[in-house]
Amino acid sequence: MEAETKELPVDTMELQMGPSHPATHGTIKFNLKLEGEKVLNCDVEVGYLHRGFAKSCEQVTWTQVIPYTDRLNYASSLINNVGYALAVEKLIGAETPPRCQYIRVIISELARIFDHLTCCGMAASELGAITVGFYMIEARELIMQIIENLTGARLTVTYVRLGGVKHDLPQDFAERVTQSFKIIRKLLDDCDRLLSRNRIFLDRMSNVGVISQETALSYCLTGPILRATGVSYDVRKAFPYLVYDQMDFEVPLGTKGDNYDRFVCRISELDQSMRIVEQALTQLPVGPVWIDDPRFVLPEKEKVYGSIEGLMHHFKIIMEGVKVPPGETYLAVEGGNGELGFYIVSDGAGRPYRVRVRPPCFIAMGAFHEMIRGYMVADIVPTFGMVNMIGGECDR
Amino acid sequence: MPDASADLSNIRERLGSKVLEILQPQGDEVLILERAGLRESFRLLKEDKQLDYDFLSDITAVDYWRKKETRFEVVYQILSRGRRRRLRVRVPVPENDPSVESLTPLWRGANFLEREIWDLFGIRFIDHPDLRRILLYEEFEGFPLRKDYPVNLVQPRVPERAVEGTFVDEASHNKLLRLKKTLGTKI
Repeated sequence: MEAETKELPVDTMELQMGPSHPATHGTIKFNLKLEGEKVLNCDVEVGYLHRGFAKSCEQVTWTQVIPYTDRLNYASSLINNVGYALAVEKLIGAETPPRCQYIRVIISELARIFDHLTCCGMAASELGAITVGFYMIEARELIMQIIENLTGARLTVTYVRLGGVKHDLPQDFAERVTQSFKIIRKLLDDCDRLLSRNRIFLDRMSNVGVISQETALSYCLTGPILRATGVSYDVRKAFPYLVYDQMDFEVPLGTKGDNYDRFVCRISELDQSMRIVEQALTQLPVGPVWIDDPRFVLPEKEKVYGSIEGLMHHFKIIMEGVKVPPGETYLAVEGGNGELGFYIVSDGAGRPYRVRVRPPCFIAMGAFHEMIRGYMVADIVPTFGMVNMIGGECDR
Repeated sequence: MPDASADLSNIRERLGSKVLEILQPQGDEVLILERAGLRESFRLLKEDKQLDYDFLSDITAVDYWRKKETRFEVVYQILSRGRRRRLRVRVPVPENDPSVESLTPLWRGANFLEREIWDLFGIRFIDHPDLRRILLYEEFEGFPLRKDYPVNLVQPRVPERAVEGTFVDEASHNKLLRLKKTLGTKI
């Protein structure tokens, strides 16, 4: 007896997912068009965390912008600090001493480890692998402790200054890093054993959210999402800044451009970042961490309290701001999510005329409908997790 | 410009009168282009095998209010992955007709970036498929990144409720509040 199976009539349904959804960390709304559970189209609504970053930057001095940059991608605030400082220094035409450059490389890579651990840990725990989530949070905590020991803050660090970093590395920094990396490597091995042959994880991640190389390039994607499609574009290799050209590291690439490749790219980048930190620590030269230029650097406290010249110097920099020569420039660094660019315009005053951030995850959200079209509603969760949208950076 | 790099002079040759100026500040390469026929200029920059600027990195705008003759400037950052070169293209846009040709046919990623500029600067993009506000809400009035938009202007989406005295929620299940009601002012 053969029953004839009839096609069930399917109406397209519109569903609004968000702005505050438990499975999407971050305030974002997906206006979905569904056929059953299949996503036909997805209109992404961003902007719930818009705070007017650019407008605020125009109101304060060049130095006071640094705390604002902390709050862009708060999972890798050190990279934002470095990117902004480099852009302003490029406009000034100043080059920081070698030790400062090495320190900036070290902190950038620590922040990248932090960013990738957050992204991968959260994405895994959203798929039910909560153990992996906890292991990665544990690893992240070790990085966080290093950063806290270095800067005194955990997330919004404000460690980099124009023309230097706030202070030198603490005495036990290298030792701490070596010990923490040993534990992190062990934790990552555990995560690998938990995930790499895990049926549920593989089924949810591989061949989901696929985006082709051409589409990714057309959508201006950068970072792990672009590299997962096999395009080797990393700002650290393509346009080296700081001392990245002296570091020996590889750019992990994917092949298919699906969520699993993105995950593997990020995990492999963790390894590379740890390698860079270790190399930079062994090569770390001795010397000052500030440029020797009284126009941009605050005087020492003894001079401020002990002499009228020092006091006036301090007062001028604090009240009027560092004078940046008129002009405009663009400088990009490799952030956790891709190319993080700063386009700054100065009119010669103590305040920025315009600060523009190229936000990698905002641009990635612009391609989100391409990644999710044709997949299930449940696939939004891992895909969105691997985009690693951070509200502070996306909405600014 | 005598010391323009070979690349820039090549571009000037190809684009002819479209190029208004060539600058090289801080080692960057900057091209100031005419607004008319902008998409075709970019198509040449993108598809020409010698130039090969195939990747759009960023689009933004700057408001030079009372600083320059043409008020706005739309700024494009493009790069050639193969030749590892960046190029910045600046396009002056006058105040009385703030519109530019959209680049979405060339790079689909321009969609979000151009929407953001429309949202914050009020520069229209001709032939853009979906020019809506993106970071702000549709009811928002004005364009906040323009220099004549006051920084402290408040536009609440939902009108705020007037507060009279201390707000007391009568229907609350607050135990302390109920106790206070039954016992009077004893506690």
